[in-house]
Amino acid sequence: METVIGLFNYWIVIVLMMAGFYIVIAQENMIKKMVGLSIFQVAVFVFYISMSNVFGGTAPIAAEGFTLYSNPLPHVLILTAIVVGVATTALGLALIVRIKEEFGTIEDDRIRDMEEHGEESEA
Amino acid sequence: MNRHSILRVVAKLMIPYILLFALYVQFHGDFGPGGGFQAGVIFAAAFILYALIFGIENGRKVMPARVNRILLAGGVLLYCFVGLAGIFLGSEFLDYNVLGPTPVAGQHYGILLVELGVGLTVSSTMIAIFYVFAGQDI
Amino acid sequence: MNPADIFIDIFLLLLMAAVAIAIVRSHLMFAVVMLSGIFSLLAAVLYVHLTAVDVAFTEAAVGAGVSTLLFLATLALTHVNVEEKHKPVRVVPLVIVTATGAMLIWGTLDMPHYGDPEAPANKHVAPRYIQESPKETGLPNMVTSVLASYRGYDTLGEVVVIFTAGAGVLVILGRSRRRRRPGVNDEDGDNLEEERA
Repeated sequence: METVIGLFNYWIVIVLMMAGFYIVIAQENMIKKMVGLSIFQVAVFVFYISMSNVFGGTAPIAAEGFTLYSNPLPHVLILTAIVVGVATTALGLALIVRIKEEFGTIEDDRIRDMEEHGEESEA
Repeated sequence: MNRHSILRVVAKLMIPYILLFALYVQFHGDFGPGGGFQAGVIFAAAFILYALIFGIENGRKVMPARVNRILLAGGVLLYCFVGLAGIFLGSEFLDYNVLGPTPVAGQHYGILLVELGVGLTVSSTMIAIFYVFAGQDI
Repeated sequence: MNPADIFIDIFLLLLMAAVAIAIVRSHLMFAVVMLSGIFSLLAAVLYVHLTAVDVAFTEAAVGAGVSTLLFLATLALTHVNVEEKHKPVRVVPLVIVTATGAMLIWGTLDMPHYGDPEAPANKHVAPRYIQESPKETGLPNMVTSVLASYRGYDTLGEVVVIFTAGAGVLVILGRSRRRRRPGVNDEDGDNLEEERA
């Protein structure tokens, strides 16, 4: 039981990661692939934040009467990663909008078909 | 969106408080949760709300694309200059101890300016991305 | 470790897993985007529970706010409502995903348990930050002082990445508008022309 509680966060993190991974490799719609990537990303964030947590610890803002704090370092890494993540997601979405303009579809397999049959494949 | 008078009135009421809250998060981030990253996004949210309610063309008048691009680069440059100031004052890149009369005061100035740079870049990136997405009329 | 804390933790994690599975199974794009916003909000609540208040703040503002907005804007621009060929289960990817997940779960068996103060991740530099940073920088918020001062190089790099991503979006979508309608002198096109000159 203690092992289950102690490792439960990591197991769910892995479930979330694999859900995102499945979307990226098995589904063709590019917007959905971006959602899958962001699920994967959040899974990594939850993993880091879970590792930084200390039982009985408080948020890492120094205050009178507290001695036990969570580890601030993963918080810093993830805080910046979230904002960078949305900026790169925006870049990916911008590329998707351009792909739609150029190919008329955002389904990965149809674009691949077009390129193989050489219709309108010039970018 | 001209007919949605409730949205317009509520947005007009909300926007100053959103901006004020963003400034609070920016400059109080040293003491409570917050900082440049969060403040930048909240600051951008006010402009995005304005553009959503009053139309993208009015939004561009409030924050012209050119001003926004200058701020976008300005934030990164401010950060770099704070780093370089450390070198010119006789220490290393991004060493804030020499920026003030005492190391603690120097750290305080350094962190405030660096967070301001972060906030500027993040807010203008978000505004720029939104304007570009919303300005596409396919 | 308090049983209520454990319960909230497990409950939130299971909700997140349920939302993720719902995203995998749904083929309505609007539903997918909204569920991803809900997913981000749940993540933010979980971060508050795990005492990462700064991270929760960022996730709520960025993940649930701005990124949902951008996904919706993309949906509106691409006129995509449903996935074209939605196959709920594809065997080969499912096998790959299950195998990878099983190996990762096997890997976690040796990990230090959640909330363990003696875990190696909480040992190295973290105690120094916790003890010294309020004195050295005079700021009570350790996350801010580590972010801006101790790891200033790191944050500078992140800001440059954000700047580059923003510039990339401007390059990709800012140009297309002008190119598609070369005869029309719209405002954005004018701005770009002026800045070139």
